[in-house]
Amino acid sequence: MFGFKKPETSQQQTVDRINIFSSLKTGLSKTQAKLFGGVGDLLLGKKKLDTTFLDDLEERLLVADLGIHATTEIIDALHSSIKRNEISDHDLLRETLNTVMTSILDPVQQPLTVPADKPGPFVILLTGVNGAGKTTTAGKLASHFINQGYSVMLAAGDTFRAAAIEQLQIWGERNNVPVVAQHMGADAAAVIFDALHSARANNIDILIADTAGRLHTQDNLMDELKKIHRAIGKFDDALAVENILVLDAATGQNALSQTKQFNDAIGIDGIVLTKLDGTAKGGIIFALALETGIPVRFIGVGEQLDDLYIFNSTDFVDALLEYQ
Amino acid sequence: MFDTLSERLSRTIKDLRGQGRLTEKNIESAMREVRMALLEADVALPVVRDFIEHVRQRAIGEEVMTSLTPGQAVVKIVEEKLISLMGEVNTSINFNTQPPAVIMMAGLQGAGKTTTVGKLARYLKEKEKKKILVVSCDVYRPAAIEQLKVLANEIDVEFYPSEKNQDPINIAKQVLDYARKQNFDGLLVDTAGRLHIDDEMMEEIKRLHDVLTPSDTLFVVDSMMGQDAVNAARAFDEALPLTGIVLTKTDGDARGGAALSVRHVTGKPIMFIGTGEKTSEFTAFHPERMASRILGMGDVLSLIEEVQEKTDIKKAEKLAKKLKKGKRFSLEDFRDQLQQMRGMGGMSSIMDKLPGMGGLPANVNTQVGDKQFIKLESIINSMTTHERRMPAVINGSRKRRIAAGSGTQIQDVNRLLKQFKQMQKMMKKLSGKGGMKKMMRGLGGMGDGGMPPGSMPF
Ligand SMILES: Nc1nc2c(ncn2[C@@H]2O[C@H](COP(=O)(O)OP(=O)(O)OP(=O)(O)O)[C@@H](O)[C@H]2O)c(=O)[nH]1
Ligand SMILES: Nc1nc2c(ncn2[C@@H]2O[C@H](COP(=O)(O)OP(=O)(O)OP(=O)(O)O)[C@@H](O)[C@H]2O)c(=O)[nH]1
Ligand SMILES: [Mg+2]
Ligand SMILES: [Mg+2]
Repeated sequence: MFGFKKPETSQQQTVDRINIFSSLKTGLSKTQAKLFGGVGDLLLGKKKLDTTFLDDLEERLLVADLGIHATTEIIDALHSSIKRNEISDHDLLRETLNTVMTSILDPVQQPLTVPADKPGPFVILLTGVNGAGKTTTAGKLASHFINQGYSVMLAAGDTFRAAAIEQLQIWGERNNVPVVAQHMGADAAAVIFDALHSARANNIDILIADTAGRLHTQDNLMDELKKIHRAIGKFDDALAVENILVLDAATGQNALSQTKQFNDAIGIDGIVLTKLDGTAKGGIIFALALETGIPVRFIGVGEQLDDLYIFNSTDFVDALLEYQ
Repeated sequence: MFDTLSERLSRTIKDLRGQGRLTEKNIESAMREVRMALLEADVALPVVRDFIEHVRQRAIGEEVMTSLTPGQAVVKIVEEKLISLMGEVNTSINFNTQPPAVIMMAGLQGAGKTTTVGKLARYLKEKEKKKILVVSCDVYRPAAIEQLKVLANEIDVEFYPSEKNQDPINIAKQVLDYARKQNFDGLLVDTAGRLHIDDEMMEEIKRLHDVLTPSDTLFVVDSMMGQDAVNAARAFDEALPLTGIVLTKTDGDARGGAALSVRHVTGKPIMFIGTGEKTSEFTAFHPERMASRILGMGDVLSLIEEVQEKTDIKKAEKLAKKLKKGKRFSLEDFRDQLQQMRGMGGMSSIMDKLPGMGGLPANVNTQVGDKQFIKLESIINSMTTHERRMPAVINGSRKRRIAAGSGTQIQDVNRLLKQFKQMQKMMKKLSGKGGMKKMMRGLGGMGDGGMPPGSMPF
């Protein structure tokens, strides 16, 4: 199912799955905090399967940033199961809740594949609001693909923020991959266009382009992003391009607006959810899955090179419902 | 995308209609809507719960049948409570100390700390004429020190160089020494972003605090943050004696409920907000603006205030009483209302302030100008008192006289009488109240220049 060149793909994936768990659990034991505000406990408790119980559950989902719409969807599904007497005990309820929540995320669990039949380089364009984790994700993705045996190049498309270029260059050094950059204030589209030439000339498999953080409400900056997008098409409109939106897991309901605006501007192919190593639950992806259906490709769980995992809906839900 | 609180309330508020005061019982549905609106705005749930309790207590017994619709009365209470909980305008960085006054930033990764150091340095230098030194104790994030150096250069503030292989505690000791010797008024210290559950890093920032003994420790928080804002704020507040909050990235369209959450759990003032990436995009925090933003009300609140100010409450109350007693809405009442509308700058000024009005046909604005009001008023003015109280007596010849007296056509008089009848019917039904929703719906049908029923909520 992956377009990876190396055969040990499925093994890699299992490793990833285990790591997500241990990583999320480490975060957990650090604080003695309960992931998901203790939905697990709730499910193990002696509470009766009544509306108070569902009210409690509703609150806990809201606290995880699922938002009212996604929360209502889940509660309604559970409610009708209870009504139909399909659920008689807590184990079953837990299972049903798990199924309902996983089924929302299943459709967006579509790992990123590098197409084999397209002209190179495969372009990954990282976009998102300020401080979401784009540059860090560029570094992590480089490492991820190098480990899969691909050759990678980075493009310093953030020519605006102070020291953004230097920051990406350090990630380039860490990965030992070339970084195409110009000076601060340079035209971002031109930098990326240059990088495309360089990547093709050097037979690079994947070009990962960083861009400046921008709020989706700023028309001029969104226009700049469209320009970058057009420049890539102009270089070669047969290129395979993955437009990624990088989202901070701590983001609240504004993530919906962010995703819609970035999607309207250039079309978003995948989401990377960062900073899941904190206590933020990233519940907003349930709302995003329901409303946009955009695939979630990776999750970020730290500031190091290897703190990136392929998104897996079952693991994500399990981690959310994990109890102590 | 989100419904505004007033939209939400006017949808459910029918239960309140016709009841004079908010009671424990009839307030429930309104409180549910307030809860939803706050959650959609990302106010953290425990904070929402507390807040609703405050509002409920404050609202019970409140008069809701004045000139406002009951929904608006509730919105008003919510808004006032929100503003009061959000605190005062407060930008006082404390320089009342042995110089240099040390100001330390703290917060999660990517919140905007480094940028805020640049902004605050510029603010203190330009507005308060202080001699400022900045330093970075972030030895972790790639190019973090370089980032601050570039910012300092740009704003022409002295930058104390540090190295990524140094111990942050040592950097702090050295810079403090330097700042004292060089007579700086203020020392701004940037720190690495850290998760509140990262014990090691939280320990580090506590030690930094011990060494620096800052007079201000600011918690920098992203306004787009969701429910987790309370957890982060609580943990930072417990670890450090925070003195204030900086809310960043408010130039987007996030409703910013995190502001209330953070303020609520720390009790510390929100001092500044970041309104863009540039070092100049930084201003004092205004609780009223934040409150309207959280409620997603555009300028509805100032509209309500204006309505409150400009409506002759006594007249409105008199009308309400009169209608309640079963008396009819008269042409004189109609004229009073027209005058009040005009006092508020007419329909176009009211519509400008309503969210969602952009979707109206372009001709609506021009067609419902003040002229319309003046015309209607002068028709009523040209009637005799008897005619105003008993419009039924207005026959053909009287109509001709009224039209001539007001410089209008017979059709205009006919239209006014028709509108008045509809208005009268509506008043009877609603006993004087029509929600914002109704008003909007009414306005949608105004293309033909007439004044449809339901368009006069005041
Ligand atoms: N804990 C944690 N921190 C992260 C993660 N991803 C990124 N960060 C941190 O978040 C901060 C911002 O990351 P950047 O990669 O600079 O974000 P960006 O989107 O490129 O920011 P701008 O270019 O300024 O818009 C840095 O301190 C990163 O180390 C993550 O998964 N977990
Ligand atoms: N639009 C907007 N962007 C802002 C604002 N404040 C900061 N930023 C941007 O947010 C991003 C992160 O800001 P930084 O100052 O690097 O954040 P930080 O807290 O120092 O990040 P770390 O050191 O990695 O934890 C940058 O792209 C800034 O330009 C603001 O008020 N509005
Ligand atoms: Mg960046
Ligand atoms: Mg920083």
